[in-house]
Amino acid sequence: MMLKKDAGLFLLILVVGATVAIINPRFLSPINLANTANLIGLFGLFSLAEAFVIITAGIELSVGSVIALLGVIFVDLIVNVGVPWPIAFVIVMVIGVVIGLAHGFLVTRLGLQPFIVTLCGLLLYRGIARFYTQDGTAGFTFGQNFPTLEWLTTGRSYGVPHSVIAFAVIAAVAWVVLHRSVFGRHLYAIGKNEAAARYSGIQTHRVIIAAYVICAVLTAVAAVFFAMFTRSIHPASHGTFFELYAIAAAVLGGFSLRGGEGSIIGVVLGVILLQILQNLVNLLGIPSSLNFAVMGTVILVGVLADQQYARYRERRRAERSYDGDRAATAPAE
Amino acid sequence: MTSQKPPLLELVRITKVYPGVIALNDVSFAIAPGEVVGLIGENGAGKSTLMKVLGGLTPPTAGSITVEGQTRDKLTVQESLDAGIAFVHQELNLFDNLDVAANVFLGREFRKGRLKLVDNAAMAAAVKPILDRLGASFAPDTLVANLSLAERQMLEIAKALSLESRVVIMDEPTSSLTLAETVTLLGIIADLKSDGISVIFISHRISEVEQCADRVVVLRDGNVAGELSKNEINHDAMIRLMIGRDLKSLYNPPAREAGAPMLSLRKLQTESHPQATVDLDVRAGEILGLAGLVGAGRTEMACAAFGIDPVVAGEIWLDGKELKAHSPADAIAAGLYLVPEDRKETGLIIDFPICENVTLASLASISRNGLVDRAEELSVAEQQRQRLSIKTPDVRRAAADMSGGNQQKVVLAKWLSMQPKTIIFDEPTRGIDVGSKNEIYKLMRDLADAGVAILMISSDMEEVIGVSDRIAVMHNGRVSGLLERDAFSEHNVLTLAIGKVLEEA
Repeated sequence: MMLKKDAGLFLLILVVGATVAIINPRFLSPINLANTANLIGLFGLFSLAEAFVIITAGIELSVGSVIALLGVIFVDLIVNVGVPWPIAFVIVMVIGVVIGLAHGFLVTRLGLQPFIVTLCGLLLYRGIARFYTQDGTAGFTFGQNFPTLEWLTTGRSYGVPHSVIAFAVIAAVAWVVLHRSVFGRHLYAIGKNEAAARYSGIQTHRVIIAAYVICAVLTAVAAVFFAMFTRSIHPASHGTFFELYAIAAAVLGGFSLRGGEGSIIGVVLGVILLQILQNLVNLLGIPSSLNFAVMGTVILVGVLADQQYARYRERRRAERSYDGDRAATAPAE
Repeated sequence: MTSQKPPLLELVRITKVYPGVIALNDVSFAIAPGEVVGLIGENGAGKSTLMKVLGGLTPPTAGSITVEGQTRDKLTVQESLDAGIAFVHQELNLFDNLDVAANVFLGREFRKGRLKLVDNAAMAAAVKPILDRLGASFAPDTLVANLSLAERQMLEIAKALSLESRVVIMDEPTSSLTLAETVTLLGIIADLKSDGISVIFISHRISEVEQCADRVVVLRDGNVAGELSKNEINHDAMIRLMIGRDLKSLYNPPAREAGAPMLSLRKLQTESHPQATVDLDVRAGEILGLAGLVGAGRTEMACAAFGIDPVVAGEIWLDGKELKAHSPADAIAAGLYLVPEDRKETGLIIDFPICENVTLASLASISRNGLVDRAEELSVAEQQRQRLSIKTPDVRRAAADMSGGNQQKVVLAKWLSMQPKTIIFDEPTRGIDVGSKNEIYKLMRDLADAGVAILMISSDMEEVIGVSDRIAVMHNGRVSGLLERDAFSEHNVLTLAIGKVLEEA
């Protein structure tokens, strides 16, 4: 079932890709492919993060603001404070853990709605980021070099951007965690039916908190990659709309905002399709102002098609189940 | 037996068949203007189904309904409303974010002005005389959230009056009222009667039925067991008609004597009945039936023991150790399992495959390094499928695709793949076909014979008497009596369930 959905999305990517390539062969040029791949890697990191929260029927709206806040902190620590970058990286990760714990705690123990908690986060972290730099731009001064860090985050191996490699590795780990581990099974169970999960002895609060922590930590990793990619961070605009992009990728990849549905392959394909659509707008000479409109339309059509298919399946299941009931009760008469 | 006035409403030979169960069998029922009819019967006797037929919520399989001289083979909801039939529901259907007047006129709001805005003042003015007539002490602009349960019920009645209803159906109207509020309600019923409005009063509280009814109709197993006219109404007559069916022999005797207490509740207090305490022992190797009326606090007690709801006070002992369960995980770790009342909401994850439901509580034991061993999962599920004869072509199918009986077996399979000490079954066979029922009873007996203590909460009299080794009966949050097998009878269970004391020990 899930596989069919993913296969459909994959097919759509091939069709869109082929169409763009036929109309404008520059789509397949190494430089365009590498650039698109790089963006897929960068946007993929925080889309995977979002997926862990959506699977529990939650939502994380502060992704973009966290990327801005942790980005300026990271750059400030290594450029102005002079902290060695591995230590700065660890500090940023720890802040990520704290943010995740805070969100998870507010959602589970205090029973606040995820939308509200993370909306407040969105406003709060953006504000702190702007205050932190006094609304200035955090960036590298001329001649400052962090060769190892730069190679790790923005370098390439065999022509493959390291952001893509990081995305692939994290996606692979995420796939194992979500689809093969006990923890992943518990995430799906809670997303589908939290009460039944609790009645089965699953520590639902702990699992949900863990999901928010994973989300915030992956977002922190994305924040470092983005900081090194843009090299200068204007905290008022850096990372805006990223949370919506992540939600869009997940929804396109078959996630339900009601929770319990979706796959890592789905969200990866969703990220790829969204980037190809961005690329398509550029390459086909569509005014770039229509960028979001194209994305919105494709998502709407995709979700509609998926829903119609699900209804069809539901009808068939209902018919089957009715027959089953009759068969089960017949001998009792 | 029949009333002298011509009936306002007449149901003739109504039969309603659901797959696998006959809910109503050839039931005839009539009510005259200004008549108060008490409708009584055990849980599952067919009262609710009969009322659903009247309300147009479900069409009968056979029979006819005559209203205002017009005979139909079924009613729609609209026809039922037009005929002046109004419900005062057990679970109140009110919007507590709206005020009293808005609730009364929901869907038929008064409008004013060119913009057709809601005319709150006119609605309040229209509601006021109705509230006065009922002797209500609240104003039309009171928010429903601020009303007590009794006041909400009064509001439901006000709603019925505003619709100019001629028949008001009250389903367990007094179950959550205090004594004083009940007296007020019975007064209102008398007023309605004197205005020529008929009332169908459905209640387990037979002393209230005795006070207000002109006539009592008793249902049993979907049949009319009998009718009592005004001068025939008394406790014994009503109980006699409610019971007295021949119980099929379901009983499998235990293989050996029950052992020491496995689960003990000591002065347990729950949030739902903070005024009462529960003391109960369930012994290893026995099936203890827990009977009582709906709302007696049985499920709440089970939820407190299982760590779902907080324990207000008291102790829970399991196998000689005190159990302080803050969550089901704690209870499960100690060996106390619950098969909950609502299979689809809390028993199973209905969209999950059967195999994943079976292993949901025991994933740790079939995983290595935190990863689920899926081959092992399938083989565990397959073992349980064979052991419980779960009817499915493939354990990877969704649980939603199965019949109720098979779903319940999957809930059981979840616990049987672990090491139970005590299992609480809450309404284990509700909505399940007869074949699966007997299989589940046999499983319960096998578990008990293996030394597990079984506590079976059940509202099905046949099940309680046929399956249990002992029966505890609850009333208003406390255990009102304990019956040994030789004292088992519907009369005894029912007497304890309505809070009366058994005459002979």
